[in-house]
Amino acid sequence: MRFISVIAIKEIRTYFASPMAYVVSAAFLAITGFFFVASVSDAFAEASIRGYLAGAIFFLIFMSPALTMRLLAEEQKLGTLELLLTSPLREFEIVLGKFIAALVTTMVMVGLSLYFVLVLFVYGDPDIGPMLSGLLGLAFYASATLAVGLFASALSSNQIVGLVVGSGILTALTIIDFVSARLSGTAAQVLDAFQLGASFSVFDLDSFGVAEGGHFADFARGIISLTDIAYYSSITAVFLLLTVLVLEARRWR
Amino acid sequence: MIKIEHMSKSYGPYPAVIDISFEVLKGEIVGFLGPNGAGKTTTMRVVTGFTPPTEGDVTVGGYDVVSHSLDVRRHIGYLPETVPLYLDMTVTDYLTYMGEIRGMNKSWVKERLPKVIDMVKLGEYRNTLVGRLSKGYRQRVGISQAILHEPDVLVMDEPTIGIDPIQVVETRELISNLGEEHTLLLSSHILPEVSAICKRVLVINDGRIVADDKPDDLSEKLQHAERIEISVRGAEAPAFINAMRDISDVIDARSDQRVSIVQRAEREDFLPFIVDARPNAQATETIAKTIINNGWGLTNLTPLPMTLEEIFLQLTTEENLGE
Repeated sequence: MRFISVIAIKEIRTYFASPMAYVVSAAFLAITGFFFVASVSDAFAEASIRGYLAGAIFFLIFMSPALTMRLLAEEQKLGTLELLLTSPLREFEIVLGKFIAALVTTMVMVGLSLYFVLVLFVYGDPDIGPMLSGLLGLAFYASATLAVGLFASALSSNQIVGLVVGSGILTALTIIDFVSARLSGTAAQVLDAFQLGASFSVFDLDSFGVAEGGHFADFARGIISLTDIAYYSSITAVFLLLTVLVLEARRWR
Repeated sequence: MIKIEHMSKSYGPYPAVIDISFEVLKGEIVGFLGPNGAGKTTTMRVVTGFTPPTEGDVTVGGYDVVSHSLDVRRHIGYLPETVPLYLDMTVTDYLTYMGEIRGMNKSWVKERLPKVIDMVKLGEYRNTLVGRLSKGYRQRVGISQAILHEPDVLVMDEPTIGIDPIQVVETRELISNLGEEHTLLLSSHILPEVSAICKRVLVINDGRIVADDKPDDLSEKLQHAERIEISVRGAEAPAFINAMRDISDVIDARSDQRVSIVQRAEREDFLPFIVDARPNAQATETIAKTIINNGWGLTNLTPLPMTLEEIFLQLTTEENLGE
């Protein structure tokens, strides 16, 4: 456990010592800000963070792999992975430490954007339930996307490969309804079960359809369902495990 | 400390190391010598637990590198060929992190770090970003991370590659001093380096160990011919060479080309020669007698040890020599 925290603390420091955390946070605040403003500036708009959540889950598809692309690719490029793997620590400790660092950084960024909530309380009368469940969902959603990004980063020493593969997997999981909508029966149901979040409906300027599909829908509506938590936790666990396996496989090459 | 028995390692269908066995005892400094691609790095990666062997047993400090990998890694300090550094950390931060990764607690790091920084003379750079350091200093940072946790076994892959000659000398000195406290396995493709630092040399070529000996013994054993440096006064070069070639134990005689024309001019009456003779005691004696009988003045007669370069070329170009 000590090794995990040593690695996590080092990575968090690196995030905030380099422009990465600031650039990504700025972009995150800007994009979620656009969505938020668009969702509450209508005359009869509801005082909710639904627009913000729509922007966040859309943007995280690209932002999470961008945050994680460095984590394992750079270790391979610099050769420092050889040091880590010849130190008395296990692969899962490396992976978990890095994952925690990325999650903490993402949560700091989400924390920065919480002034949206304050704005709502000052100018409106928001329903606090869906807000809390939405933010909880966002944490689960973020951890799933970061795990996918970390896995992509382990695949090669090239950070861009990590970014493209990570975003590719996440985009595929997001637009899975393009395929399932054209199928019927069990096949469609199985595919739907893998839907990461609402797909293009998040761009619908009337509804910001974050509650219209995928496992994020219930969170956005104010429902905390065990199925959704299990889904995001499984994605996180499976991809972290795959990351560990990729690192272990490097030894046998 | 390190014991390798019939170890082979292949990358897919390509064998990198084929059935090698050797042992490094506690406190030994062993040089691993071979051309690029001979299997040095692969062997070191197996010893450090980075990659498992395809076949055979490898133990470090009694622990198997596959089944007790973590125990092995606890006892090893490793400096890979490309010095692995986080360029955006300061020297102190980097070393502290590496120490903690190696399982040191904070107070141990705090106590040990200044000593190591002193030892490698990095004092004035302790708060410099690693990325700003010159290659020689980066190498020192690399060496520091390998010795920080006071490992029993130190494995260094090409520790002086790519740094300038003055720093090479300093780095070699540093490594020689490390050998007093650690068991050291060091690889190099530079021969004088190995003979300067190591008490034992393993020569590896094409994945096989072709020689294992002390640097001095290695040259003795492999000498087909004894090379003798001779200076004489009052002799004509052709006459001398003919006289030498008439001796049955002499294989060849020639003027010593290593002595420059300027030097020859300065001491014109001393002619330098190189004579290759069969390695037996009589040869030298006969040569000396012949010179004196011819009325020449013998001013120097020194048997030359073969340099590691020559041995190395012999070992790697001639077959079955190591056996």
